[in-house]
Amino acid sequence: SPLFHKFLKEALNKVPKDKCVTVRDALNQAMDEELERDERVFLLGEEVAQYDGAYKVSRGLWKKYGDKRIIDTPISEMGFAGIAVGAAMAGLRPICEFMTFNFSMQAIDQVINSAAKTCYMSAGLQAVPIVFRGPNGASAGVAAQHSQCFAAWYAHCPGLKVVSPWNSEDAKGLLKSSIRDDNPVVFLENELLYGVPFEMSEEAQSKDFTIPIGKAKVERAGSHITLVSHSRYVGHCLDAAAVLAKEGIECEVINLRTIRPMDVESIEASVMKTNHLVTVEGGWPQFGVGAEICARIMEGSAFNYLDSPVTRVTGVDIPMPYAKILEDHSLPQIKDIIFSVKKTLNV
Amino acid sequence: SSVVSQSDSCCFFSGCSRRPTSPSNTILKCDLHRLEEGPPLKAELTRDQGLQYYRTMQTVRRMELKADQLYKQKIIRGFCHLYDGQEACAAGIEASINPTDHLITAYRAHGYTYTRGVSIKEILAELTGRKGGVAKGKGGSMHMYAPHFYGGNGIVGAQVPLGAGIALACQYQGNNQLCVTLYGDGAANQGQLFESFNMAALWKLPCIFICENNKYGMGTSVERASASIDYYKRGDFIPGIRVDGMDVLCVREATKFAADHCRSGKGPIVMELQTYRYHGHSMSDPGVSYRTREEIQEVRTKSDPISMLKERMLSNNMASVEEFKEIDVDIRKQVEEAAQFATSDPEPPLEDLCNHIFYNNPPLEVRGTNPWSKLKSVS
Repeated sequence: SPLFHKFLKEALNKVPKDKCVTVRDALNQAMDEELERDERVFLLGEEVAQYDGAYKVSRGLWKKYGDKRIIDTPISEMGFAGIAVGAAMAGLRPICEFMTFNFSMQAIDQVINSAAKTCYMSAGLQAVPIVFRGPNGASAGVAAQHSQCFAAWYAHCPGLKVVSPWNSEDAKGLLKSSIRDDNPVVFLENELLYGVPFEMSEEAQSKDFTIPIGKAKVERAGSHITLVSHSRYVGHCLDAAAVLAKEGIECEVINLRTIRPMDVESIEASVMKTNHLVTVEGGWPQFGVGAEICARIMEGSAFNYLDSPVTRVTGVDIPMPYAKILEDHSLPQIKDIIFSVKKTLNV
Repeated sequence: SSVVSQSDSCCFFSGCSRRPTSPSNTILKCDLHRLEEGPPLKAELTRDQGLQYYRTMQTVRRMELKADQLYKQKIIRGFCHLYDGQEACAAGIEASINPTDHLITAYRAHGYTYTRGVSIKEILAELTGRKGGVAKGKGGSMHMYAPHFYGGNGIVGAQVPLGAGIALACQYQGNNQLCVTLYGDGAANQGQLFESFNMAALWKLPCIFICENNKYGMGTSVERASASIDYYKRGDFIPGIRVDGMDVLCVREATKFAADHCRSGKGPIVMELQTYRYHGHSMSDPGVSYRTREEIQEVRTKSDPISMLKERMLSNNMASVEEFKEIDVDIRKQVEEAAQFATSDPEPPLEDLCNHIFYNNPPLEVRGTNPWSKLKSVS
């Protein structure tokens, strides 16, 4: 029987304690666990139910929880986002999926004016416990209208929390925290990461594993320069760091995990150690995440520890082109990060 | 028995006829869309009910006129959209639903804020931006809230999907409650309404969509804004009723009918209340560049909701002139006291500036206007 085999395997120590889980499965687990834990939680969006999710993130959930908790909507972003916000106001805990965050622009009034601002306008009388989630930023070959990064847009607004996970642990822990948070959370996933497997510790596999919103993580310790990033580019930074290490340059890589509220203290602590800072993001440069980091560092205690100005590595300031060669050159590559590190260090 | 107003005064509100005949029988007729039967043609009005509706409407009237006064004295600032003329809508709706039902409207919200249970004092103090206001001075005219009352919404039309969502929550929780979702003739052309109609009908949400048609969206008359001014039909596949919104009994009976429809699981329903606002769109609009003073005056003399109810009760010997006078005096006193409070209560303390950004959240630091200004926010 399956149970016997399980015991046998464990006895023979053949099952690793940590295992590899894709970001997609981690998100799925998070939603599954939270749906089970709290009956007020439900998921709505296009294709989330019978299609198993446009990117299969909600696979199996409709079969398990049914029509009441997993709701397919018509193509009506403004309408269903508003419906989700209303449901949150009236006591439920909706997860509102945007097939991509590009489509959230249709609904952005509901996210900002109906969700984000309401607790403040009502002086705390009316809470809006909602999560808006979906893929954000560039994918592959989907061209200009489907490739925008919305981190800066949403992170600009008080009343929202904006979360941007990188690996599977991030995805699971942060999504669970977001669902449990009593406030509107914009949860920015990345389509290219969905299929990527990452090791997940045993702790991370537990049903109560959460990661606090608002705290960054040092993914790699280093002493020469700090790299700060979010989402997919954390991986790029780690790859760049591995190459640079061979040349004797030790990078400290910080995974922001949360864009708003930003954990500036972690960045400052690192900069006070390394004296150099490079920010890396997929979004456009102007008024972006890196721009905010620069401003915050200048205003704070770490400024006097900088040996050179902060460098931003960003997407190119253009709408996303289609042809592969053009698309590849529209986004930060590992060599761009390496180049920027060396320029910042003046080596 | 004496007739309150001639049926031809009703021509102003096309498609509805009304002939009060006897003490407790009033004939009401509503236009129907996709409905075989509509609200009953007779409405019972007891003395107690009548006096209560009168009191509610007169309170809203006097409260709004007091707000007008305070605005002209510059004690209220910003946006102020007054509801006088439309009182029968708020009073009639509240008379037909339960306190546990839900209601959401747009920015012409003071009347509903009152009928949903907020005191005159807290409403006026919110308008004057004081700490005793229902939202502690943080919200203002368009952002007042109470249990089962979701404002007060500043973005035209946005409240409609919200209302459908509240109805979804009622259905989800199986509590037999419903949501009354109000919007104006201007908002009736917002695309998100049609998205809401579609989903509400698909999922049979217990939502009463109510269009308060006061004939003007800001300065644009209905004929200039809508290809179809039959707002009760705009839900297309959703049944609709057009109602005389100046008659509190009409409104009550129609809303009761609509509520029964929703609660029986038949799904959403649309109501159009034909009503009128005496003031302009807001306090910065005199309201006479796009309509005539004669029109306003005609409605005042022939179709005022408070006068009509009073006349009906007087002509049927349900109450005396003196009783109504006493109620008026009492309401004036209450409104005056509330205004006193609203003008003397202190503004919110500066320490409150950054509070309530989040709900149930540990305290956080908020950047002030400059980097050395580090402010604190608590939930």
